[in-house]
Amino acid sequence: MIHKIILLVFTIGSSLLFISQLILLQLINSDYSERSKNNAIQERPIYPPRGLIYDRNNKLIVANKPVYDLMVVPENIIAFDTIALTSNLNISKKDLLSRIKNAEKFSKKLSSVLVRQLPMNEVAILQEKMWKFPGFYFQKKSTRDYIIPIAPNVLGYTSETNQREIKTKPNYDLGEMIGRQGIEKTYENLLRGKKGKKLFQKDRFNRIIGPYEGGANDQTPVAAENLNLTIDATLQAYGEALMINKRGAIVAIEPRTGEILSLVSAPNYNPNLLTGRDRSEYFKKLLYDTISRPLFDRSLQAEYSPGSPFKTLNALIGLQENIINPETRFSCNEGHYYAKGAFMKCHCKKGTSNDLIRGIYNSCNTYFAKTFKSFIDSKSSPSISIDLWKKHLEKFGLGNYLGYDLPIGKKGFIPDSDYYDRWYPDKNWGSTTIISNSIGQGEILTTPIQMANFTAAIANRGFFRKPHFKKTNSKSFRDTLYPKNMTLIDKKHFETVIEGMYQVVEKGTARIARIKGIEVCGKTGTVENFIRLNNEKTQLTDHSIFVGFAPKEDPKIAIAVFIENGYWGARWAAPIGSLMIEKYLKGEVKRQWLETRMINGSLIAEYQKPFSGKPFVINE
Amino acid sequence: MNKNIFFRLDWFSILIFLLLVSFGIASIYSTTFSEINVSIFNWSTPAGKQFLIFIFCLLMLPLILLVNSNIFEHLSNLFYALSILSLLGLFIFGQKINGALSWYLIGGFSFQPSEFAKITTAILVSKSLSSIQIDLNKISDLIKIILIIGIPVILIFIQPDAGSGIVFFGLLFVLLREGLDIRVLYLGLLLVFLFFLALLFNPIGLSIALFLIFLLTYRLIVRTYPNTNKSPFILVFAISTLFIFSVDFIFNSVFEQRHRDRFNIVLGLENDSKGVGYNINQSKIAIGSGGFSGKGFLNGTQTKGGFVPEQHSDYIFSTIGEEWGFLGSCALIILYTILILRVIYRAEKQIHPFPRIFSYSFASMLFVHFFINIGMTLGLVPTVGIPLPFISYGGTNLLAFSIMLFIYLNLDSNRLN
Repeated sequence: MIHKIILLVFTIGSSLLFISQLILLQLINSDYSERSKNNAIQERPIYPPRGLIYDRNNKLIVANKPVYDLMVVPENIIAFDTIALTSNLNISKKDLLSRIKNAEKFSKKLSSVLVRQLPMNEVAILQEKMWKFPGFYFQKKSTRDYIIPIAPNVLGYTSETNQREIKTKPNYDLGEMIGRQGIEKTYENLLRGKKGKKLFQKDRFNRIIGPYEGGANDQTPVAAENLNLTIDATLQAYGEALMINKRGAIVAIEPRTGEILSLVSAPNYNPNLLTGRDRSEYFKKLLYDTISRPLFDRSLQAEYSPGSPFKTLNALIGLQENIINPETRFSCNEGHYYAKGAFMKCHCKKGTSNDLIRGIYNSCNTYFAKTFKSFIDSKSSPSISIDLWKKHLEKFGLGNYLGYDLPIGKKGFIPDSDYYDRWYPDKNWGSTTIISNSIGQGEILTTPIQMANFTAAIANRGFFRKPHFKKTNSKSFRDTLYPKNMTLIDKKHFETVIEGMYQVVEKGTARIARIKGIEVCGKTGTVENFIRLNNEKTQLTDHSIFVGFAPKEDPKIAIAVFIENGYWGARWAAPIGSLMIEKYLKGEVKRQWLETRMINGSLIAEYQKPFSGKPFVINE
Repeated sequence: MNKNIFFRLDWFSILIFLLLVSFGIASIYSTTFSEINVSIFNWSTPAGKQFLIFIFCLLMLPLILLVNSNIFEHLSNLFYALSILSLLGLFIFGQKINGALSWYLIGGFSFQPSEFAKITTAILVSKSLSSIQIDLNKISDLIKIILIIGIPVILIFIQPDAGSGIVFFGLLFVLLREGLDIRVLYLGLLLVFLFFLALLFNPIGLSIALFLIFLLTYRLIVRTYPNTNKSPFILVFAISTLFIFSVDFIFNSVFEQRHRDRFNIVLGLENDSKGVGYNINQSKIAIGSGGFSGKGFLNGTQTKGGFVPEQHSDYIFSTIGEEWGFLGSCALIILYTILILRVIYRAEKQIHPFPRIFSYSFASMLFVHFFINIGMTLGLVPTVGIPLPFISYGGTNLLAFSIMLFIYLNLDSNRLN
C-alpha cells in the first residue's frame, strides 16, 4: 500500500512546502518589496526654478541661468579627438583622461560628471561638435544669475549640497542647490519651492529603460515664490560705489517701517563670482583674506564703540530721568576734571558754556560726561542707575540681537551692574569709573545696524520697528509682523535732541552733510580704536562715524555710516551718509565734487600701515 | 463504453494543460515584453515562438490520440535506440550552447534530444517493468532497469547537462511503485539527509555522533526484541560513514567551486547576494515584492529590469510570483499538484501494467521538474537549471512533455480496451 502513495505524499508535501515559503516571502516578509523598489525603480527629482529676488521697486536683482555639466558614459566612448575637446573645455589632456578613468571606476554604464557648471557661451561652441564625441553629453542645471551684482552680504549665496549635509537634511538630494547665507538661507523654503519627482524603471545594469508605470506616480514640482527685498537696488549700488577702497559699513533704514533700504559692507565681492565653475576657487580666496575679510559683514557683525552719536541717547536718558532739561548748561574748559586728577579732554574753547542743543552740535564731551555723572549719582547706588540706563538702551535695540531676517549678527554690548561688579570685585566702582560710556567709548559696543536702528527710533520720536529685508506689501500685515517697539522716553524730549542733531548739520560738526532743500539731522563720531599688534596694544587711526536721518519732520531715511580708520566723522562718514540721503530722497546727487571725492578716495594706504612692519603715524 | 474517443478523454487534464500553457505564454510575453514589440503573435519573440510550438502541439494531439495504444509498447525498443543514437550523435553534430553539448541546430530550430530521451526511457522502462516475470528485488532484473535508465543519464551527464540527467532519477518513484524494496527509499532519504549534514559538519565528528545514535537505537530495540540481528545496523552505519567521507571528498575535491556555491547558498553557509547568490536573491526579491495580489500583468518591475537571469525559461516562476502575487503563485502550484495527482489517480485505475507504469513515469518526471524548478526559484533547492514544463520557454521541453501528456491521454482513454 505504501508503494502507491509515495509519489502522492511527495507531491502534496512539496506543494505545501512551496506555499509556506510563498507565505513567508510574499505575505509575512515585507522587506522584499522595498528591496525590489530600490533595485528596479529610480527616482529622479525635478527641481522648480529657484525664486527670483527683486528690490523694493520691483527691479530684478537675482534670476537663474542655465549652466551645463559635461557628462560621460564611459562605455559609449569611442576614440575621439582629445585636443578638440580639451581646448574647448580649458583642461589638460592628462586631466581629462584621469577624469574619464575615475568615471570608469565609478561605473562604465552610468553617467558621471566630467566637468561641472560650464557657462552657456562655452557650451554653445562645443555643442555643435558633440556628434564627434559619443559617450559625452551636456546636462542642464540651473544656477543663480545676479542681474544687478550688488549686496552679496544680504543675498548670501547658493551652492550644491554635499555628502555630509544630506545626512542631516533628509529632504535634500546630493548636489541640490541650497541657500548658504543671507536671504538665500533665511528664505530657503520660499525660494526653493517644492521639488517634484519622476520615476523610472531601471534594468539590472541600473540603466533607465523607460518611465515607471507610464509616469502615473510622478509628481509635478511646485513653483518657488519670488521675493521682494526692502533694499533699494540703486541706493545699494550707490553705497557700494562710495565704499570702494574703504572698510566699514552703511546701513540705511526707512524709519516708519523698519525696512532696510541698503546694507553695505566693505570690502565686498561680486556675487556672480560665487556661481559657476570657479566658485570654490573664488570662495577660498575670499575666505582666506584674513586682513580685509570680505566675507565678514561689517554692517551686521562688526562691533564698534558707537562714539559721539551715542551722546544723543545719553541726552535722551538725561532728559527723561530729569537730570537735565533743554536749558541746563555746563561749562567746559577744553575739557574738565571729572574726578581728582582725572581730566577728560574736549575741543570746546576755554570758558565755553553749552546748553543741551549746543552740547550736541558741538559734541561737547564735558556736557555729556557731567550729565552722565549726575545721572549715575542720582540714585542711591550706581548699580541702580546703570541698570536703569541699560533698560533704556535696550529699548533702543542695543545690547541684543535685533531679530532681523538674516542668519548672522552680533549682540553688541551694554554693560550693567553685574558686569562692573565682576570687573571690580570690591564694588568700588562709581560714576567716574565708567565715565567713558557717556561719550560712546568705554565698554559699550554696537553694530552699525544697531546704530542705524537707534537713529530710526530717534527719527520716529520714540519707537522703532524691527529692521527687516523681506518686503511685505500689505501695510496692516506688515504692522502686525513688525509692531512698534516703544522706547521709555517721552516724545517731547526727542524734539530737543532732534533739534540738536539738526544743528549738527546746520552749524555743527557735520556741516558737510548739508543738502540744499532737505532738513538733515545727524551726529558725527570719531572713535579711538586699538588692535593687538605683535602682542602690543597699538592705537590705530580713529574710526569715522556718522548717523543721521532726513527729512527732519517726516523722516524717510535713517542712516549709519562707519568708516574704519577714517579719522574724524566729518571726513568720510558724514559726507557719505549725506550723499546716500541725497541719492535716496532726490534720486540724483547735485554735489558732484563731493561724490567724486568720496568714490575716488582710498584708505588702502591707511589699512596697510600696521602691516608694513615700520613705525607709523596715526590720525594724519 | 463509449465508442467515440472524444467522450473518453481526460478533459480535466487537458483543461489544466491548456491553462498552464496559456499562463506560460503570457508570462514569457511579460518577461520579454518591450514597448517596441507589442504583438504576442510576433514569431521572432520568445512568446511568439512558444505560441507556434503550442499550436504545433495541438496539431499533434489528434494524431497521438488516434494511434493504436499498443504501438508505444511495441516500438519501445526502437524509440529508445533512436534517442540513444540522437544523444550519441550530439558528440558529432551537436551545438554547444552555454557550455553544454545538448543541442542540434536544424534549419534555424534548436532541438534538445535529452527531452525526448525522457519519453523513450519512460516507455522502455514501462515495457520492461510490465513483463510478468520481472522482480525488482532480484539483482539481475534491477540491474537491467538501472541500465535502461543509466545509459541516457550518463550520456546526458557528460554533455554536461546535469539538470536534465537528474530528472531521470524521478523514475525511482516508478520502481518503488512497482515493488522495489521500500527500504531503498529510506536509505535514499537517509543519504540525502546525511549529504547535507556532511556539508554542514565535520565528517569525523559526524560519524562519531552517528555511531552513538546507532548504538543507542540498537540497545533500545534489543531491550524489547532481544533477538534483533545487529548486522543491518552495522551495514547501514558502514554505508553512512563511507558516504559521509565520500561526500566530504567529492564536495571538496571533485566539485567545482560553482557547484559548491549552489549548495552553500541554500544551506545559508554563504550569503553573497551580488555574486553567486545573485540569481536566487533577485528571484526571491521578485517573488517577495509581488505581495498578496501581485503587481499586475506586465507590471513587474523586477521582471522588466531583467534582474533575474533566464527569467523566461528556468526562472519563469519568479515573474509569476511578482506579477500575480501570492494568489497567482498558489494557483499555479495547486494546478500543477492537481495535474500530477490526477495522472497518478488515473494510472492506478489502469488494469494493464504498461499504461499504468508509463502514466506513473510521466507523473514522476513532472514532479521532479516541479519540485526542483519551483524549489530553486524559491531558494529552497540548490540551483539546477531545468525548466518548468508547460510554463517555461523552450520548444523541445514543451513538445516532449505535451507528447508525454498526449500518450498518457491515449492510454487513459483506451484503458478499458
